[in-house]
Amino acid sequence: MEPILQVSGLTKTFHANGKPDFTAVDQVSFLLYPGETVGIVGESGCGKSTLAKLLCRLLDVTEGTIRLCGQDITKARDRELFGAYRNIQMVFQDPLTSFDPRRTLGDGIGESLRNAGVSKTERERRVVELLEQCGLSETFAGRYPHEVSGGQCQRAAIARALAIKPKLLLCDEATSALDVTVQQQIMELLKELREKEKLSYLFICHNLALVQSFCDRVLVMHEGKIVEEGTTDQVIFYPQSDYTKILLDSIL
Amino acid sequence: MSEGITVRRQKRKSSHTKWKLCFFLTLVILLMVIALFSEQLAPYDPYEQNLMEAMQPPSTKHIMGTDQHGRDMFSRVLVGGRTSIFATLALVAVIALFGTVVGTLCGYYGGRLDSLVMRISDVCLAFPGLVFAMAVAALLGGGISNAVLALAVISWPKYSRVARSQTLALKTAPFISAARLSGCGSNQIILRHILPNILGPILVTAMLDIGTMMMELAGLSFLGLGAKPPVAEWGNMMSSGRSMLQMYPWVVLSPGIGIFISVALFNLLGDTVRDYLDPRNSRSR
Repeated sequence: MEPILQVSGLTKTFHANGKPDFTAVDQVSFLLYPGETVGIVGESGCGKSTLAKLLCRLLDVTEGTIRLCGQDITKARDRELFGAYRNIQMVFQDPLTSFDPRRTLGDGIGESLRNAGVSKTERERRVVELLEQCGLSETFAGRYPHEVSGGQCQRAAIARALAIKPKLLLCDEATSALDVTVQQQIMELLKELREKEKLSYLFICHNLALVQSFCDRVLVMHEGKIVEEGTTDQVIFYPQSDYTKILLDSIL
Repeated sequence: MSEGITVRRQKRKSSHTKWKLCFFLTLVILLMVIALFSEQLAPYDPYEQNLMEAMQPPSTKHIMGTDQHGRDMFSRVLVGGRTSIFATLALVAVIALFGTVVGTLCGYYGGRLDSLVMRISDVCLAFPGLVFAMAVAALLGGGISNAVLALAVISWPKYSRVARSQTLALKTAPFISAARLSGCGSNQIILRHILPNILGPILVTAMLDIGTMMMELAGLSFLGLGAKPPVAEWGNMMSSGRSMLQMYPWVVLSPGIGIFISVALFNLLGDTVRDYLDPRNSRSR
């Protein structure tokens, strides 16, 4: 089976004036197959979010390649990149700031459809459909981000990510800004979507319990490198690297 | 109990701001309507000389008196207001538009162009504005449009600074990344997401700037670098009356009242707009 995401030797180095270069992501390679859920865990500042941004090409890659659905998107620009965004979408950590404060949630959800040239009436119909799919009523289409709660906003963000039917959903700590009960509901929603839409996930998280219940495989990141890789149970119950042991000890 | 009281107080305060906004907006609109129809409203022809009635003090016939050529001061203040107010509005509109466009592009794209433009604007901000405007106006020759141009050349960086810093703050916001993932190009991101979000601070800066710009335009005219006599304009009216200040103070005071009222009104409106748009002032939008 062909992997949906193929990352090899991915490196990102930040150059700052007067400071030594900082390598946030260092020679990261992994594969992600269709229908699979891969978790990325690691402490704050280990490069998880930078990796997510690189995969969405929100940052430019220093070295290495990213292949998405067989297509090399490492250097993709403009049209080519918009094409890639039909396959990969992202859910952000803070739901409230991931929507334009001056635009309604419906506007935000329908934006990718609008850019894809979908007519206004069709767009409105799809937005309602997406909201309902994510457990929100259609009245939310007319609300502004500051008028809804964090959980509701994150549901809207998931609806937005699903609008153009991507194959891979990148969740960058999508639940960490929410309280525990809401977190649970969002996880249920993500699981449901996995069944129904045959989505693959790259699930960035520092909550190992969530990773354990949700992911098939786990990558452990430390200082920009992947230090351990394996099935979730394998990594959690039989950690190999020292860092993973420390990480597990600090939680359990 | 105490919570109820704070809620009520906040509510009262925000409705108070709204009321103030309506009030000052009405007054400013009234001022502009008067300025627009000043020629119809003026009781006398502002340019008609009548030396028999020169230097008349305020009376029922000429409520602001007459000047050295016997022209009715009230009519001249009204007609002068049109020149002053609309030249100022044009000036502020031009610099706000230009400054915002330049600032947003610099903030969004960064790089060498940004450094260059920001150094130029540093120079403009460090240089005394009126002195530079005087030099430019003197170079271009008199006339109100040249005075507007001269002030525009030195005043736009204020807006580009505001627009640039706001754009820089927004550029890294998650919703901009989300828009990019939704397939928006740079143009769409700037037009749909950045500009609407930075418009508030720009509008406030512009509103508060109207008063200052009106004074500076009047200042240039006073120095003889703006509107040329016999065109009625508050600055040059004050200038032509200044030698007679002790004997015939109304010749200077009348346009002074005009400047005072309009600058105060625009400043008060600017303050109220700022209060109204303040995010702490909770509003439905």
